[in-house]
This record gives sequence, C-alpha cells and structure tokens, in this order.
Amino acid sequence: MSASPDQAPTPVAASPIAPGAPVLQIRDLSVVYRTPRGDVRAVDNVNLDLAAGEVIGLAGESGSGKSTLVYGASRLLRAPALITSGSVIYQGRRVTKPADVLKMRPDGLQKLRWREIAIVFQSAMNALNPVLSVRDQILDVIHAHLKMPRDEARERVASLLDLVGIPRSRLRSYPHELSGGMRQRVMIAMALATDPEIVIMDEPTTALDVVVQRDILAQIVELKERLGFSIVFITHDLSLLLELADRIAVMYAGQLLEIGTSAEIHREPAHPYTKGLLNSFPSLRGPRRELAGIPGSPPDLANPPPGCPFLPRCGYGTSACEEVDMHLLPVTSSADPGHVTACPFVLPGTPPPAKTADTVTTVGEAGA
Amino acid sequence: MTEQTQAVTSAAASRGPLAMEAISISKDFRIGRGKTLQAVRDVSFNLYRGAVVALVGESGSGKSTAARLLAGQESLTSGAIKLDGKPVQVTGRSDFRHYKSQVQYVFQDPFASLNPVHTVRYHLERPVKLHQGKDVDTDAEVAALMEQVRLTPAKQFLSKYPHELSGGQRQRVSFARALAARPQVLLADEPVSMLDVSIRLEMLALLDDLRKRFKLAMLYITHDIASARYFADEVLVMYAGEIVERGPAEEITQQPAHPYTQLLVASAPDPDNLGSTLRRSTSRVGSAPQASTRAPRGKTESQDAVGCPFSPRCPFADDHCHAEDPGLMQISAARGAACWHLDQAAPELVSGLARDVRNTAN
Repeated sequence: MSASPDQAPTPVAASPIAPGAPVLQIRDLSVVYRTPRGDVRAVDNVNLDLAAGEVIGLAGESGSGKSTLVYGASRLLRAPALITSGSVIYQGRRVTKPADVLKMRPDGLQKLRWREIAIVFQSAMNALNPVLSVRDQILDVIHAHLKMPRDEARERVASLLDLVGIPRSRLRSYPHELSGGMRQRVMIAMALATDPEIVIMDEPTTALDVVVQRDILAQIVELKERLGFSIVFITHDLSLLLELADRIAVMYAGQLLEIGTSAEIHREPAHPYTKGLLNSFPSLRGPRRELAGIPGSPPDLANPPPGCPFLPRCGYGTSACEEVDMHLLPVTSSADPGHVTACPFVLPGTPPPAKTADTVTTVGEAGA
Repeated sequence: MTEQTQAVTSAAASRGPLAMEAISISKDFRIGRGKTLQAVRDVSFNLYRGAVVALVGESGSGKSTAARLLAGQESLTSGAIKLDGKPVQVTGRSDFRHYKSQVQYVFQDPFASLNPVHTVRYHLERPVKLHQGKDVDTDAEVAALMEQVRLTPAKQFLSKYPHELSGGQRQRVSFARALAARPQVLLADEPVSMLDVSIRLEMLALLDDLRKRFKLAMLYITHDIASARYFADEVLVMYAGEIVERGPAEEITQQPAHPYTQLLVASAPDPDNLGSTLRRSTSRVGSAPQASTRAPRGKTESQDAVGCPFSPRCPFADDHCHAEDPGLMQISAARGAACWHLDQAAPELVSGLARDVRNTAN
C-alpha cells in the first residue's frame, strides 16, 4: 500500500488559494461551429466560475451547448469547432500561478489534461477501450500523466477500484464483461487516477437505472468530500441537479439564462425557461400537480433570433424581448447574492401566463 | 398462485372493456452450455380499452421481453395471450399481419426505428396500404395521421427524411406509423426516455390524447416510476422476470409495499428533496432499512430459480425467502405484492395478511 488515492501521489503544496476561490474562471467564452452555411453559435459569451470543492450543475436540453462549453473550456474541441473569444483561467492547488487554458501550448495542455482536469464521459461503453482490461486502461492513464514505478501504479489501480466499489477480482476484466453501472464506475476510477482538481461529468448516469444512478451519485459525492475535487456535472435532468449540485447554471441556445444555488433555483426560479424545466418532470412525492412541458423547439443557432432565444417558446414574451441584451442581472429578491437571470422582465412571483390550448400540455387529470 | 393473481382486479379495469390478456406468460432464452435465462416468468395482466398499464422495472427485468411477447415478436415458452377473448395463434404471415393490425408497437429510440433512406410519407403510406386495404384514400389518411400526432403542416413534413427531424418529431412519426394500422392495443416501449426532458411531457400528453381519442389499450413500459404515476392507471413492477407488485399508480408510488418498489421509489431523483441524502452522503436513503444496490443482481438462470428473486438484495430476506418464491399476494382489491415479509416491509398496508399466508405456506 505505497499509494492510496486518499493521499495524492505527489504531495499537494499548502493551498495557495483560499477555499472557495475559483479554480476555473470562464470569461466571455464563445465557440462557433464553422459550416459552409455560416457559423453556428454553439456557445455565446458565457461567464462562469467554478469554486474549489464545488459541484456546479450545467442543465439544458440537447443542443443547448453545455458539452461544447465545457469541452471548449478544456480545449478538447477540434475543427469545425472554433473558440472565437474569451479566456479560461485555471488556478489549481498544484500550479503556481493562474494560467489561461485557451493560450496554453501543447506541452502545457498535456500537463493540464487529466492531471488537473479529468472527464467522465457519458457513454462508458464507447469511452472504454474494448481490447484492454480494466487494469491496463487505468495503468495507461497513470503512466501517461504521473511518474510512478510500475508496482506502485498497479497498487494504485487496485485501490482506485476499491474506492469506487469494484471488487479487485475484476482487475483483469474487459469492459464487455462488466455491467453498465460497473463500467461507469471504472470511468470514474480512471478520472480520479491522477487526483485531478476538476472532474467534468458529462451525463455520467443517463444510461443507468435510477437505483444504480443514486448509488453512483452518492459515491461521487462521498469521493468529492474525501478527495476535495470540484465537479462540473452536465445533465438535462434538473431534478437530479437540485439534489446533487451546490449551484446550477441553466443553459439554452448557447447562452446561460440563469445561475443560482440549487436551493434558490428550486425555491424561486427566475427565468421562464428554468420555470418551464422545473415544471417538466413528474414528481414522485407530494400531491399530484398539474404539469406543463415547454412546447416548441430550440432556435436554429445558425440564424439566432434577435434578443432572447427563448422568446418563441416563452409564455411571458413581449415585443421588448426582441431587443433585450442577454446580460445576467442579479435577482434582488433572492437569498443568494450570486443568483442571476438573463430575463429582466419576469420577476419572481409574476403569475404564470394565461393558459391556452397551445401553450400548455398537461398529463393526467388529478385523481383520474 | 394463479388464483391469487387473478383475485387482484386491475385498477385499469374501470376504464373500458377488456382488450388483451396475458395469462401466465413465460419466456426462456437459451444462453448456451445448457443454461436457460428465464426472462419472463409466469406473468399475468390485462389491458383495457382506454386505459394505461405501466410496466416498471430496471434494465434486464424482462419488461421489454414481455411487451415483445404481446407483440408477437417472440414465441411464448408457456402461457397464453388472448385478444378480444380469443387465444392468439400466430402461425403464418397473414395471421401475423392481421394480429399486427390490432396490436402495434412503438420503439424507444426514434433515431433507430425509422428508416434513414425513406421519407416520412413512405413510413406512413406503407402501413396504411398494408392494413387498410387498397381502396382507402391514402393521401387523406396520411394527412389525418399527421394531424392526429400534431405534425402540421403535414405537407411540410411528409417529404422530409428522418435526419431532418428533431427527436420529438421523429417519435411523433413513429406514433403515427403505429396508428396507421388502427390498432386497439398500443405497446409503447420507453417512448419518451430518449427525448429531452422539456418535450417528454408534451409527448406523454400526446399519447394520453391518442389513448382517449381512439380508446387505445396501452402498455407503457418505463424505468421512470414518476412518469407512471402521472400517466398510468395501473402499475406493474417487474423484477428479474416476475411481477413483484401491482396496483393503482397513485397507491403504488405513494405507499409501495414490496421492498424492491420501495427501493425504486426512494432512488428516483426528487427535486423537493433538497436536504438530500446525496449531499449528506454519510447517511444512506431514509431511516427504513434499504435494499442493497451493491449485492448481486437477481440471477434468473434456471439453476438459481428457487426463492424470491429479490432476496439477495432484500433487507428483510430470510431462509424462507431464499428457498421459496412468493407469488403475488393480495393486499387490497386492486393491489398485490410478491413478498413473504409484507408485515415487515409495509406493516401499515397489511394487517396480519402476510403472516397468515406465510403460515399456510409453511
């Protein structure tokens, strides 16, 4: 037991940054996809901070740009994606001074990737190498990013599996011999192999059963508390984030529409889109309430509409929305000073828009 | 066991006349080396016109296999399926086609279930011609279908290929395709799980609307028990090929009796559960003893097929559970659960009932 994941493989210097200080600061980040028909603005002027030890949830529907934002910030995109503006300042405990990820040279990136920012991909089935055993894949990661003797590395792989609750007898198993939940655990073990500062989780549990999902999420939170990394959790399931995340950023059509603590987002969602999302999933507990989805579909990002991108689907919309600039404004009535919304018109507590047959869809009559 | 199963009246029965019956259906798959996998074991339920029955369970619990049996896509190992009171016997092509005109299937993945090289028009014209004869006005019928699934203006969509449609639009096309046969039974296998959260409700509302409009008898397969609460009349919870609990949707989700259903309900993400068990990770779900999620899954291979399939994960399991498989025991007129220890798992639901049954079983 020369190396256990509880102790970092290389000792972490006394933290030069205050706890809660941002480890990642994304400023004015814009990403486009270059196509023959023009640029698709997948991420548009996004600002977001990730504090040390924080779980931030990134919520939005498919195509809203949540993955592009995070992959852009960690320089994982390649053509036709193009970062057109912004900066991403990384300040981890192991690095001496803050650096802009977007300006890093290949050798700097090599040191950043996995060592500082690791990723748990959505589909463990596709992300794992089918012809390498679990042990060899994790060894690969360790040898690529850490200087560690062979025996020590092997011992570390075994203790990583302990950490995520996979029996050591599975060390020589191949991905196809594992269940979906176990594969996802291997992905998590691999992400933690280098003791990273930030772990990006891109829908890590979407393909799993609720029972397995809860088990894995509980484990992630436990590991986070023990090892002290920060998490960016990408999902379209806002109900999951309300339970899991410290703060939630809601993304739509490449822009952030609302950021706030989970408690405030739950208690007092400010943006109509957040309200719509919160009202989109049936709850299991409590009285049956009338549910309304969000009719319509997101705008075409190659030709974004003027003003608020949510306007065509918004029940509160007025002509003023076509001219609104999408700056995030503080929600004054919120208990969270960092709670911001892109909608200047709909204040919390505004009554819901009048229902028409077209704008509201309900499922199941109460008591039916 | 069978008598007890039938003593439970379906909560969906009040909605309309009986359309389809599954009577003790079983399906074994041979998985090599002389082993068989009992994917569906002795499952019975009824579907009624205008009512939704939800089949809830984890992946591998046999819910899709059960639906495929009803759809005639797999042959039964034992048991019987009745449609309109008559036993279904599909032996030849024309039998199968006739059966398909009554019973239609909607697949989970609208990206895979539509043919990428054909337009929407082709996807709808074919079943219309096949099931409604050559005399029918195909164009009018297709337009009507498009209107029913609210893909309007129809003209604009008919010439499109699947890749030009969003996920929700594709799933609407597959609903329309199923309706083209004018079925009385619709088997919907996770119809919304591949779609975005924001449009799931819209699609469920559409299914609900179609159910009412065409008096469809619907089987709704899902792993999301919360959506079953809102959408279904009766919920059947499946585990390792067996129905472990059944009853009215609201009662099952609010007061689950079987330890597995309790685990399922406790595991669902709960937006109202802010002081979450997840964030206080040291204390696991709730105060009640919780079924283990780590223990091996219910093995359904034949040599292990004694005892309750959930017993390896169950906090209440004892020797009796490992030795003998409980059948569905009636809790109330419309509810049943397959558990020897309902008196411990759901003491408020049973008053001495489980104990009596247990004594007689011993």
